[in-house]
Amino acid sequence: MVDFGFGIVPSSRINLDLFDRAKFEALATLEPDVRKCMACGSCTAVCTAGTFKATSLRAAIEEIQNGREKKALEMISGCQLCGKCFMTCPRGINTRHLILSIVKIYGEEK
Amino acid sequence: MSLLDISTLAAMFPAISAAQASPEVIDRIPSSYSDFVIPFVAGMVFFLCWVSIGCVRIFMKIGPSDQAKFWKSLVNPVTAAKNVKDLFCDCLFHVKIWKRKPLLGYMHSAIAFGWFMLIVLGHIEVALFLPKHLSPRAGGLFYPIFYRYFVWINPGHETLRGSFFFFLMDFFLLYVLTGIALAVFKRFRSIVLGMKNTTRPSTPDRIALYSLWLIFPLRLLAESFTADLSGGSFLTLGMNHLLHLVFGDSLYFQPFWWAYSICLGVFFAAMPFTRYMHILTEVLWILFRNAGLKPSHPRKGVSEAEIYACSSCGLCLDACPMNVQRKNLRFSSVYFIRFLRRHNERKINAIADKCLMCGKCLALCPVSVDAPALRRAQRRTVNNLLPYDYSYLARTSAPAAAPFLGSAAPATASASGPVEAPSAEKVMYFAGCMSHLTPRIIKAVEGLFKASGTDYVFADRDGGICCGRPLLLAGKTDAAAEVIEANKKMIEEAGCGTLVLSCPICYKVFSEEYSLKGVRVLHYTQYVKELVGSGRLRLRNGGAKYVYHDPCELGRGMGVYSEPREVLGLVSDLVPAGHERKESLCCGGSLGSLTLNSRDRDKITEAAVSDLTVNSPEAIVTACPLCLATFSRKSPVKVRDFSEAVLDNLSA
Repeated sequence: MVDFGFGIVPSSRINLDLFDRAKFEALATLEPDVRKCMACGSCTAVCTAGTFKATSLRAAIEEIQNGREKKALEMISGCQLCGKCFMTCPRGINTRHLILSIVKIYGEEK
Repeated sequence: MSLLDISTLAAMFPAISAAQASPEVIDRIPSSYSDFVIPFVAGMVFFLCWVSIGCVRIFMKIGPSDQAKFWKSLVNPVTAAKNVKDLFCDCLFHVKIWKRKPLLGYMHSAIAFGWFMLIVLGHIEVALFLPKHLSPRAGGLFYPIFYRYFVWINPGHETLRGSFFFFLMDFFLLYVLTGIALAVFKRFRSIVLGMKNTTRPSTPDRIALYSLWLIFPLRLLAESFTADLSGGSFLTLGMNHLLHLVFGDSLYFQPFWWAYSICLGVFFAAMPFTRYMHILTEVLWILFRNAGLKPSHPRKGVSEAEIYACSSCGLCLDACPMNVQRKNLRFSSVYFIRFLRRHNERKINAIADKCLMCGKCLALCPVSVDAPALRRAQRRTVNNLLPYDYSYLARTSAPAAAPFLGSAAPATASASGPVEAPSAEKVMYFAGCMSHLTPRIIKAVEGLFKASGTDYVFADRDGGICCGRPLLLAGKTDAAAEVIEANKKMIEEAGCGTLVLSCPICYKVFSEEYSLKGVRVLHYTQYVKELVGSGRLRLRNGGAKYVYHDPCELGRGMGVYSEPREVLGLVSDLVPAGHERKESLCCGGSLGSLTLNSRDRDKITEAAVSDLTVNSPEAIVTACPLCLATFSRKSPVKVRDFSEAVLDNLSA
């Protein structure tokens, strides 16, 4: 391919129609704490797996709300459930169960 | 008067004149059978069928290697001796309950041991005294139970031997009756027997419970009504005299034998569907347990014996840290096992996920039913299948292993590389995730290493991977195996003889699951104890008043109670907590629970803190980063780590 010295950035458009409300409600029934997240990113900052692979519960929750479930799963697939995020979360979110629940609900199609 | 009665009544029976050859006992009726035994025999036959089918089912579900292990353990003299001891101490005498709550222990052992002795003595009586024309084959099932109905004493020919057995039977009947009286009382005021919470019985449990309560008073009545004819001792003969005073000369005893038999029949027919199945199953479970069989499925095979060995005694209710809120009592082990028996999958999962896995229910269980292990097995059935991606482990385990040397180590050591054979001299320190979250622990542990001149390697200074225990607790065994493999490779490559851990969660999994050859795995409390013992760390008593909190994984999990206490005793005045050692309370921060929310956890933390501070210490000292972080949020007094407390009190 000819190098023009510039490239096309993939679209960062978020299609909120892709957001699956039923699935999110199912998630919130399993773990109501998902609604508590204020996206501070403490969980991401302390993440053990994050040293080796982009891992972020904050991002996963946002990606779910933005309708990008695959990306959300990708953000927590490396999680080792060590519980540091739970200890640091200022909102006291039950992060380990939230992660397991996200995988349970959104990971089924795999 | 009664002697007269016996002789006049006996004279009315022609059988006696026939038996003038004066044997000690005579038969009551020519027939060796009476209709009243039907309810008992029916219930008993049903029960025996159920039990034999159940045993076959359990054995069919156990793998061949486990079966071989089981049979071998029965002939091995060491385990056989342990089996006999455990069967007597756990099933009959309830030694474990006696030690904690004597009155409760008396109640349990009275019913268990007393009833056992009544059955055994009944059989001995039949073997010794059954008249020749009563064939044991005709009524072997019910003669020992209704001995005094079928066999009468020949007046004037009582022997000392016979009277001795009458005395024993009356004695043990009285013993059981006192136990039953306590059990009835416990239904209303359990706190007197030392239980704050008791199990809510299910409907079948209630049926069996009430018939059990009735069995022994009815036996007393039936035997008392017949005592002047069949013979008896202090209890039944005494009652018999009273009954004669009340009802006159002729006592109509048939209804009581019927009632006694019906109660027994109801009890045995209901038994397979109630908690009383534990009476027989706990024998099987103790044999399995001592043979070292581990449950692989939450309710099949070995676990089936295990869950039916639970007597629903409810001791785990008072043990459970979640009992600070009554609404969470339903997540206790006793209810978990009840729903496992009922195959109620939804409730089983809800309860399995809530538990903090502190292990106190296991520590206090009279027959050591390992409810935490069953919960892990249950979680495995759900969570082990969830997708994950640890492909990064292969890429990253090597850099994680790159040993960053502690400053106490000579700089040249880093160049030599991790090729040398493991030497006991070299120490590897693995901080683990939670210690990284509480850097004060790492700082203090490194301070102790330096002060003692230890040559150490800090395995995860720049952040390693998790030890795998949290994954195991969540039931993700396959994922945990990958993590464990990566860590194991890293440790083996580093070639250190000793692995020191500052987190009890890591310590448990490194000791139990890693099988590291030639590497001593130590918790830092143990290592510090060694350093103090060998004189490499010299301590002084700072005079502070500390209380020590036993972390669940370190105490109940690994049995390390004394090392931290001994060292802390050297540097401070250690005051006792409300609950200590295996009775200690969970801090509430445990990674064991999946679904317990932070509000409920806070309640547990508050309860644990107030229990620790009963003797108003200056600081709470613990040896677990998770406990440290959890207590720090809620404690009115300072919370310190073990390593900090030691480091502050080094003598120059």
